[in-house]
Formats: sequence, structure tokens, C-alpha cells
Amino acid sequence: MEVTTKNMPYAAWKDNEYIEKLVDELRAHGTNVVVGSLDKLINWGRSNSLWPLTFATSCCGIEFVSLGAARYDMARFGWEVARSSPRQADFIMVAGTIVNRMAPVVRRLYDQLAEPKYVIACGACAVSGGPFKKSYHVVMGVDQIIPVDVYLPGCPPRPEAMIYSIMQLSRKIKVENFFGGVNRKQKQEEFLKDHPLNEVKD
Amino acid sequence: MAELQEIIAALQPQATFEPGDTLTVSIPDAQWPDFARQLRDDEKLRFDFLVTIVGMDWKDKMGCIYYLTSTTHCRHLAVKVTTDNVEKPMLHSVADIWHIAGIFEREVYDFFGIVFIGNPDMRRLFLSIDWNGYPLRKNYDENPELNPVTTDSERQSDFTDTYVETADGTVEKKEVRVFQPEDFVVNIGPQHPATHGVLRFRTAIDGETIKKIDVYMGYIHRGIEKICEKLTYPQTLHFMDRLDYFSAHPYHHCLCMTIEQAAGIEISRRAQVIRVLMDELSRIASHCLFMGTFCMDLGATTMLFYTLRVREQILDIMEKTCGARMTFNYECIGGVMQDLHPDFVKDVKALLAVIPANIKEYNKVFTGNVIAHNRMDGVGVLTKEDAISWSVTGPSGRASGWACDVRKTDPYSIYSELDFKEIIRHEGDSMARFKVRMDEIVESARIIEQLIDNIPEGEICVKVPKVLKLPVGHWFRTVEGCRGTFGVYLESDGTTSPYRLKIVPPSLPAAAVVDHLTRGQKVADLITIGGSLDYIVPDMDR
Repeated sequence: MEVTTKNMPYAAWKDNEYIEKLVDELRAHGTNVVVGSLDKLINWGRSNSLWPLTFATSCCGIEFVSLGAARYDMARFGWEVARSSPRQADFIMVAGTIVNRMAPVVRRLYDQLAEPKYVIACGACAVSGGPFKKSYHVVMGVDQIIPVDVYLPGCPPRPEAMIYSIMQLSRKIKVENFFGGVNRKQKQEEFLKDHPLNEVKD
Repeated sequence: MAELQEIIAALQPQATFEPGDTLTVSIPDAQWPDFARQLRDDEKLRFDFLVTIVGMDWKDKMGCIYYLTSTTHCRHLAVKVTTDNVEKPMLHSVADIWHIAGIFEREVYDFFGIVFIGNPDMRRLFLSIDWNGYPLRKNYDENPELNPVTTDSERQSDFTDTYVETADGTVEKKEVRVFQPEDFVVNIGPQHPATHGVLRFRTAIDGETIKKIDVYMGYIHRGIEKICEKLTYPQTLHFMDRLDYFSAHPYHHCLCMTIEQAAGIEISRRAQVIRVLMDELSRIASHCLFMGTFCMDLGATTMLFYTLRVREQILDIMEKTCGARMTFNYECIGGVMQDLHPDFVKDVKALLAVIPANIKEYNKVFTGNVIAHNRMDGVGVLTKEDAISWSVTGPSGRASGWACDVRKTDPYSIYSELDFKEIIRHEGDSMARFKVRMDEIVESARIIEQLIDNIPEGEICVKVPKVLKLPVGHWFRTVEGCRGTFGVYLESDGTTSPYRLKIVPPSLPAAAVVDHLTRGQKVADLITIGGSLDYIVPDMDR
């Protein structure tokens, strides 16, 4: 199955092996005719109207602003509805360094996102700590606190790279199983089990 | 300098002097508050602008270096106050003399654990209240297990500590309330689209009127100053891009100049011209983005698209020469990394040709708009005295009538040869802060116009030793960043990496003054005032 989005030629994607492996895993036991078609319909809708959360901590956020402006114009793809409230957003683009003090806030934002929710780790800092690897106050990769769907390297990534990463995300959504045999949600539950939230002490 | 030394020696016989790039006075801690008052109030001294407080850990003693500037006499002075008690260091506070000292002292307390006796608010500034240790001390234990990454919400307190000296000389700790029990406190940020990054305000409100704002910083504190101590000099440079990412060029320029001054490196004329060109191009790009985001905060989303058009054009020019859109890492010790792109002159001329038309358009779309006037005129008035006392420099300070442009007061590089006007307005409100930036775009364009046809030939980077060691000593330099006076304090112990690299960001005072400006104003004006001050959170947090 050739998974692609926004009329991008399949051969133009850089990492098709990954998505093929994912599809093989998900479709290992075949697909139900009815449920599979419903899945396709739902995923078509979801993957084409991804709403980002307005969230930025540093430099990458400015490139995200450029992405929204006329030149790179993410409105072409239906992503321009940047929401300031996590309750209305579909995915969070962790644009910038996450430091120890910010970690609980990011986690709370993630918890507040409504399902289905996705995360893009945008920029070297969010991926691994980046240039601040030797710091005492930086989270070395946002995947320590929230599960990440797409990793986007760069310091900061160019707006084109951001477009590519969101397209990768929408490609992933396209193959998601919504009815039965879901894996993403299970994974998320496993992640939350490993990273529990303690009760808040006031 | 000699004259200044005489005046001070007459006032304080105990003071000792150290020559250097700035005259440094050492004074015992007990005399410091009185001396500080004399420095500010004496007719011949008038040191009314506290540039920064550099906390220092010299291993055998702890202390602070206060960098002061007199806005009337245009003189600089450094005052060194030390204590031998390295376990529980204490110094006297000068928070009642310069407003901004309160915040600067909190920063020093956060990083070094130096307690300031008399400071009304001795809390940590960047790190959470349960943080173990003081990170910039030389014996700080960086073991991540001591301060693990947690997803639990941080502990919150309505109380702060203050230390008072009793008549017999002992120091007592007292708990004081930040907010009263009857205060209605609303939390704004850190995740809020109008705080320009991750800044947090705890806001006590009475109806719609703001009673008090408690600013929380540190949500993007990356500890750049500490990391720099582990890196070689050329390696420290790239962090300048990641402070205020709009003033990447001026910030780089400042650190390069400091290191070059310390190492005694003369750079070529061509490199200097290129640096100034880049500084001014980034100033235009930065002010364009300011206008876009500020107007968007006020609800005029269209302006963002108009202003980003010019910014993209500048980023294209930068990209061709520097190879990046934002974090350029272009200036290096000894000059610049790469020669100008062959298209540079042509592209810059094309940019200069469109700027006047764009300014006209911005004025037509936004400045004359009645809504813009209603929201900005007379909102958040900062007087000149307050601007100086709060160290609000840059366009925001100049909007209050304070001539604080470092390019004019202490010309560096080739600025003294250039013909440009320092934009000053006297209203001090949000509208003035907006207009100053608009006019500065025109002035920056004028500077570029003078230089673009006269870029001299020559080498772009002089020969610099592969392993760069600086002599023992300390240096302090300031430049005019896009948001105000940016400074670097560098102390070297003769090795390849800095002993202490203190970054003086212009955004920290701009955020600190928000409380003062918003008292008695409406909540909606907080957005206008915050936006017009144009602080960049990664810059203040470092």
C-alpha cells in the first residue's frame, strides 16, 4: 500500500520503509471490509484537518510563525487553525527547548489535548537536548515526558522541514486503526503507566 | 578616569581602585549601601543607570560586580563588593536605590546563593523553589539525580523571604506575603499566546484592574552561562544566536568584540563593515517581526503578513551569505565566517528600495487606525526617571525620552563614522514604543545605504591562534542589540575556556518593569504593555 498525502509522489518520501513496516504490522491480520472502510473515512478526515496548538518556547516558534505567514502558508494544507487552547487542538508541535521547570507544563498541556492527539518534537532541543546537552536545566528530549510521533531535526528546522514533518504525521494518521486492534492508544496507555502522574500536593 | 577616581576617593577613603577597561572600585560591604546612594545622588557622579550585577564565585570569596553608568556624565564605573563567607554569603541590598537591583539581586541569589540583606523579595528567579544547589557556584553538583526532571507540578508559595539586620548586627529571616489572603490571583502563562514565549504572570486583580503582577521566569532557562564555562571560546559563540534569536548578529558581535579585545586581535575594516551591515539588517528584521506580533496581539492579524514579507526578504539575504535563516553563527573571532554572497549588494539595494513603500503601508494599515490609537495612546506610560531606574534600554527606553543608544553613547566598531539619528520620543506610552521602532527601521536603512556601496576590499577574517587562550583579566562590553543594551562580562583565568561569562540581556528589565507599568491598568492593557516592551523570553532566561 502506498501511503501518501497532499498528492506528494510516493517516491519523493524519504523513509518509506518505516511506513511500510508500520502498515505491515497494523494489517498483519487483514482488515475487516466494513470497519476498514470506516477507518479510511475517519482517517481521511483527521489527516486533512490537523489543528496545531499555539505552543512555542524559543527559536523554532518563530519559524512556526513564518510557516503561518504568506510565504510558506500552511493554510494550503489545512493546518492554519492554530489553537491557543489545548482542548481544541489535534497536535502539539513542541517547538523549542523544554527545561525542567517547563516539563510539568508540557505534560499538562499534553494531558489536556483531546483524543486523538499527536506530538511532533520540533528541533534539536526537543529531540535530544540539542546544543544544551551539557546543561543542568534542560530535558534531554521531550520523549522523556510525553510520547512523540514525529521527530523533526534542525536548529531550527526550516519551514519546509516543518511542512514535511506535519505531512509525515498526516501520513501516519492515514494508516491508523481506529476501530478494533488499536495500537496507538495502547501504546499511549503503556507510556502513561510508565510515566505516571502523581497526585498534586497543594 | 583619574578625575572620577579622585572624586570617589574623597567620598570613600576605604575604597581601593583597579584600572581596566572600566574603573573598578572595591568597597567593603558595610559601606556599600551608603556609597551606592552617594554614587546615584552626588552631583558630580550621578550613576543612575545600573547596567547589571555580575555575581562571582572566586572560590575563596564570593561577591558581586555592579556595573554602573551615569546618563548625565556618560561615565562608567564598576563596583566590586565581596564577602569571605563562601558557605553562607551575605551582602547588603541596593534594591531601594535602583529599582532594577531587586530583580538583579534575585538572579544572583538564584545562581550563587548570595543573600541580600534588605531586599524585600529574596526568592529564586529562574529555578523552582525546590531546586537543590546554586548552579553557577564552582562546586555545584550537576548530578541530574539531585534535580530530576519531573512531571509533577512545582510547589507554589504565596510567601517570600526577606532578611533584616537588627541593631546588634545579626541577620534575621522574615517571611512576607507576596499576595494578601484576600487577593484574587489569576494565572497568565506560561502557555499563553500573548506572553511572547513562556513567561508567567501571577496577576492580582480587582475586577478588571490589575493590583499587582508577580513575574515568574525560568521556563526556558537553559543555563547557558554555566555551559559556556565548560567550552572553549569559539564554542561559546553559537549560544549568542539562541538568546534573542532576532538579534543574533549584534549579540555575536558583542561577544566577538569582547574576546578580540581580550586577546588583542585587530579585525579588518571589511569584516567590521560586514558586521555592522548584518547588525542593521537584523535590526530591521527584528522590528518588522515586533510590529507583526504586537499588532497581532492587539487583534490586527493582517499586519503580521505585511511585516513578515520584509522579514523574509532579509532572511533570504542572510541565508545566501550565512547559510541559515535564523541561527547564523556568522561572526567569528577575528572577523566573519564567510565572505559576502555575490548577490549581496544587489539584494540589499532591492530591499532598501521597498522599505519606504512598506513603512507607508504599515502606517496606512495600522498606525493611523482609530482602534490602534485607542488601545495604545497613553497606555503604560513609563517616565524617563523610571526607565533609567528600571534599566529599560533600547527602543522602549528611547520612547521615554532616554537617549540610551549604545551606538551613540559608546560608539563601537565603525558606528562613530556613520550618520544616523537616534530616535527619541517623550510620551513614554505604548504608541511611542511602537513608533520609535518604526522610525528606527528608516534609520537602519540609512546606515545600510551609506555602507552598501563602500564595502572595502580586504580579508574577512584575520589569523587567530587555533587554540585561543586569553590572558588573566576581566572585560565588559555593551552593544546595542535590537531590544536594548546587551552586555557581556568575561572573566578569564588564562585557560582556553572562560572562568565566568555573564550575559546581560535587555529583556530582563523589560519584563521586570511590567509590574510597575500595569498597576492600576486594565487586564487587556497588560497585553498592549507587554507587547510594546517587546521582551524575548529566551533572552531574559538564558
